[in-house]
Amino acid sequence: MARYRSHIMVCGGTGCVSAESEAIIENLKAELKSHGYDNEIKVVKTGCFGFCGQGPIVKVHPENVFYVKVKPEDAKEIIEEHIIKGRRVERLLYEEPMLKEKLDESSKMNFYKKQYRIALRNCGLINPEDVNEYIAFRGYEALGQVLTEMTPEEVLKVMKDSGLRGRGGGGFPTGLKWEFTAKQPGNEKYIMCNADEGDPGAFMDRSILEGDPHTILEAMAIGGYATGANHGIIYIRAEYPLAIKRLDIAIEQARELGLLGDDIFGTGFKFDIELKYGAGAFVCGEETALIHSVEGARGEPTKKPPFPSVEGYRGKPTSVNNVETFANVPPIILKGSEWFSSIGTEKSKGTKVFALAGKVNNVGLVEVPMGTTLREIIYDIGGGIMDGKDFKAVQTGGPSGGVITVADLDTPIDYESLKAIGSMMGSGGMIVMDEDDCMVNIAKFYLEFTQDESCGKCTPCRIGTKRMYEILARITEGEGKPEDIDNLKQLGEMIKNTALCGLGQTAPNPVLSTLHYFRNEYEAHIKDKRCLTGSCKALSKYSIDPDKCIGCTACARVCPVDCISGKVKEVHVIDAEKCIACGACYDACKFDAVIKP
Amino acid sequence: MAIKSLDELKKIRDNSLKKVNLRESGENGEEIIEMMVGMATCGIAAGARETLNAILDEIEAKGIKNIRVVQVGCMGYCHSEPTVQVNMPGHEPILYGNVSAKVAKDIIEKHILNGELLDENILIKTFNKA
Ligand SMILES: Cc1cc2nc3c(=O)[nH]c(=O)nc-3n(C[C@H](O)[C@H](O)[C@H](O)COP(=O)(O)O)c2cc1C
Ligand code: SF4
Ligand code: SF4
Repeated sequence: MARYRSHIMVCGGTGCVSAESEAIIENLKAELKSHGYDNEIKVVKTGCFGFCGQGPIVKVHPENVFYVKVKPEDAKEIIEEHIIKGRRVERLLYEEPMLKEKLDESSKMNFYKKQYRIALRNCGLINPEDVNEYIAFRGYEALGQVLTEMTPEEVLKVMKDSGLRGRGGGGFPTGLKWEFTAKQPGNEKYIMCNADEGDPGAFMDRSILEGDPHTILEAMAIGGYATGANHGIIYIRAEYPLAIKRLDIAIEQARELGLLGDDIFGTGFKFDIELKYGAGAFVCGEETALIHSVEGARGEPTKKPPFPSVEGYRGKPTSVNNVETFANVPPIILKGSEWFSSIGTEKSKGTKVFALAGKVNNVGLVEVPMGTTLREIIYDIGGGIMDGKDFKAVQTGGPSGGVITVADLDTPIDYESLKAIGSMMGSGGMIVMDEDDCMVNIAKFYLEFTQDESCGKCTPCRIGTKRMYEILARITEGEGKPEDIDNLKQLGEMIKNTALCGLGQTAPNPVLSTLHYFRNEYEAHIKDKRCLTGSCKALSKYSIDPDKCIGCTACARVCPVDCISGKVKEVHVIDAEKCIACGACYDACKFDAVIKP
Repeated sequence: MAIKSLDELKKIRDNSLKKVNLRESGENGEEIIEMMVGMATCGIAAGARETLNAILDEIEAKGIKNIRVVQVGCMGYCHSEPTVQVNMPGHEPILYGNVSAKVAKDIIEKHILNGELLDENILIKTFNKA
């Protein structure tokens, strides 16, 4: 049916277009034509390969040979050697820096290991509403093995040896948490899945639940067996209707096949799962608040200890684990703890899913081994910063985290290293910011969120975050006072030290971290009443460059508040007091004379 | 029909494998073409429902019989939703991004019926998986 026997793919991503991929395509087409191959082989322009540092990239199907840093003049050799004679063009193959070896197939390249999908392994690959497709990719095999061939102690050992740590933010070792729960006396225990996902900007848990719901059910059953719990509860926010629907279908199908229920795999092990809906409060993702919410009480945290694994749901031992944490469990059982612990860094094993968002070209979900650097995530996988602008910072850990700057682009990311530079892993939101983003404004955004989401139970968080927000709002409106910086610091430290739960304890982080790395921006706002990026509307004043202005009057005619004065063919002036910073004059001026703040 | 042993689970797996093998290796025992449409929240928000409907309409209009349309989750390419993957027996699976209803029709007309890949919309999978 296919007419073309082969395809040559050329990346036409943003990074590569600038690197002459259009010319390469033209040349390849011309070469094919002149050799009479244009009816057999087609040149295809594709999206970004996500390897822009090595671009432009040319990939030949069906052999999957991968050429890097291709120049337009290389087209001739690719066609004459590879296509016509069937020989690889050695000099264009990618050389693996570590191996010093030329690799032709993309699947062998280390770069492709940059993204290694464990938690997301089935997302986009299977029909989430068909249990048979999950089973086709070894679904429920881990549960079968665990129930028929392993003791709970053996399962705990595998989990501990794997080094898996909680992906919900805290990074507590999952095997240990399960063991604490297992060791508690009594036979009424619970295992809970935290699918609250309250970090604005994070959506990996939703994607897993929507794309591969059975993996969560299977992992919870494994956790139930290991901890001695027969009852699983998934706490999911009601704003995730599609995830809820797919979970409902999955639970139904699993029950039909006896993969949930009374006598799983004929072993007598009993386990079932129910869903509880959350109303979408950030604090309800905190595990004690989550448990209270499931119990029907107010979603407010309580002091730890006692930890949920000792005294949780209905006062019984309860293990609360995150969605992504669970998604790692079946592969660990099937492939072993050694396989898992061979991935990642010394103290952080396995992979982490990040939701890459903001000013980056390839917005999306990426799953990379722990220890990958930010530069690899943003530039190689993310395709770099939009519109060729300069990278400024990235916020990890959402409202609980901080900014990472250019200085740390090459820091291998894991739980410890992020903490050391004043941020945190958090749930994996990663907001990329460019030169146009104002750091005071970003801090204000997060504080607006946390002071709103504070449950109000303890004073430092309830009142402290509000005061911090008010100070930030004032600064961005041009009413900052010199003492504000010290006050923010002092308040921030105090809240961190005295708030009851993680929400309050981490809420000042975005402020403290931007203060640490971008103090000059705070000072410019306060002292000079200037926002260096022009994002703070109240502070941005437009002005006219007298050397460039030719007096065409275009700006004065569009100014909605008539604050530009000047005669025809004379230099125009903006009255900064009246300017409302709408930017109309900037767009109107054809001579680049209006200076954007 | 409860599964009572690992062997019974493996039987179900073997039966389902034929169907899904196509997605990774481009091989399966049958001559069925598969179109996978990313139908997670992100895909749907970007218009995957219209894409899916356009695909179903076009398949019907063209009277194509040996084809199966599968709804899948999110592959992580939010920047290019909706995504559609075409798996043809004997060929490497091809992933398309930014598939509007119009592009979906083109995929069927050009790629599926004529073996011609579509410029501009092809995405390259950039990950390995466990
Ligand atoms: C304010 C706050 C919000 C949280 N939100 C979430 C959340 O949305 N999802 C989550 O899994 N964990 C969240 N956590 C962490 C949980 O308290 C808990 O540590 C986690 O669910 C444990 O699972 P893990 O060990 O698998 O990470 C939050 C913590 C705090 C303090
Ligand atoms: S720190 Fe904030 S969210 Fe946590 S208990 Fe105190 S008031 Fe509530
Ligand atoms: S920015 Fe708007 S208000 Fe200010 S001078 Fe220009 S046109 Fe007038």
